[in-house]
Amino acid sequence: MAPVEAATKQHANWSPYDNNGGTVVAIAGGNYCVVAADTRMSTGYSILTRDYSKICQLADKSIMASSGFQADVKALQKHLAAKHLIYQHQHNKQMSCPAMAQLLSNTLYYKRFFPYYAFNVLGGLDSEGKGCVFTYDAVGSYERVGYSAQGSGATLITPVLDNQLKTPSPLLLPAKDAITPLSETEAVDMVKDVFASAAERDIYTGDRVEIVVVNSEGIRREYVELRKD
Amino acid sequence: MFRNQYDTDVTTWSPAGRLFQVEYAMEAVKQGSAAIGLRSSKHVVLASVNKAASELSSHQRKIFKVDDHVGIAIAGLTADGRVLSRYLRSECINHTFVYESPLPVSRLVVQLADKAQVCTQRSWKRPYGVGLLVAGLDELGAHLYYNCPSGNYFEYQAFAIGSRSQAAKTYLERKFETFNDSSREELIKHGLLAVKETLQGEKLTSSICTVAIVGVDEPFHKLDLGTVQELIDVLEAEEAGTSEPQREGDQSAMQEDSPDVAPMDI
Repeated sequence: MAPVEAATKQHANWSPYDNNGGTVVAIAGGNYCVVAADTRMSTGYSILTRDYSKICQLADKSIMASSGFQADVKALQKHLAAKHLIYQHQHNKQMSCPAMAQLLSNTLYYKRFFPYYAFNVLGGLDSEGKGCVFTYDAVGSYERVGYSAQGSGATLITPVLDNQLKTPSPLLLPAKDAITPLSETEAVDMVKDVFASAAERDIYTGDRVEIVVVNSEGIRREYVELRKD
Repeated sequence: MFRNQYDTDVTTWSPAGRLFQVEYAMEAVKQGSAAIGLRSSKHVVLASVNKAASELSSHQRKIFKVDDHVGIAIAGLTADGRVLSRYLRSECINHTFVYESPLPVSRLVVQLADKAQVCTQRSWKRPYGVGLLVAGLDELGAHLYYNCPSGNYFEYQAFAIGSRSQAAKTYLERKFETFNDSSREELIKHGLLAVKETLQGEKLTSSICTVAIVGVDEPFHKLDLGTVQELIDVLEAEEAGTSEPQREGDQSAMQEDSPDVAPMDI
């Protein structure tokens, strides 16, 4: 007897998602936090622009950097900005970084069954003024860490940070303080080095890296050129 | 107005064509403590008199920030005012989310007025018992609007609402022609003087007067107590010096107001 062929299900020939590539990194210090992202935006094997910021300041002490699908990232940023405004009206103050971290997690999980294709790191200062970094997956699972990398170059960068920033490494047991003992300048130099390394091998990382540093004096921004190929 | 058989429901007209419940709601506004607004071409100032329920309690909040470019001062049922300010904030946030630009003030007051009108045409609702002075800036310039419980709204150069507001209105009517070209400081000064008129002899201090301002390069914010007190002190010193206009600062802080302010009726 001939086997009955099962009718195959129709599949969509388009996807609601796209990956615009890029890498984001954040490192937490004793009284500062560094958040960095490259400025290249790609689709497939093409470059859409060399000058796109993946970094968004959500509150005066909270900076979010996201790689993934930038349309979803933009929508996520707008959503959080609106929520933050409501918070400010109700509480008469800005959201703290840990509060923003929880809000981001809840916002991501809200779309558990049609997720934001966004891989986020949230950096800033906590209520005591110490640096904090929170790292996320696409549906809101998050953890406070001493450093994190997300995006296309993350697999190239994370082992280097594990090696160089030993104390805050989650691989070291017993768990130590989630803050690196590095100074602010050393951390920024480390970020420049890891991006330069990632740009060597990851085709989606390059052009320029935007580095944002939050400390007690406020926020400052710097740019460093990277390989353009 | 006295109680009559047409004033039970908001949806009942009187033979003279009046809706008494709406008019009673406007009365509630007149009973609240005073709020004043005035504008120039570049700034809008709001000032309010903060009554406290007793010496033990805190002062009522009558000025609310709605967005960076808009703020309100209320008179009447403060609870209704709080609810409406939440609505206004929500509208501004939704507009900015969709259009990435601030909601024009004229649109905001229309939405607010339409919301108020609904309550005048439903038998299971009551009108909001609060009048709002809406101060804002948009592409078309500086604006001051007054929204009534009736659902009407008007644009003003300067206005005052609440109890003893007539005294402030009279002062503003005397001075309003100079407002459009006033500087920021002069505008605040006029606001404080207008508030002073409503106090009828009570001492003007920063603890009973809140001042807020929005301007072309200045997001809406309330002035802090220290700044307001300094401005009041300067005002009192100037007033004390008006009898001898050229000499300044020759008298220490005044305890009594100068007697040439005519007592105004409500």
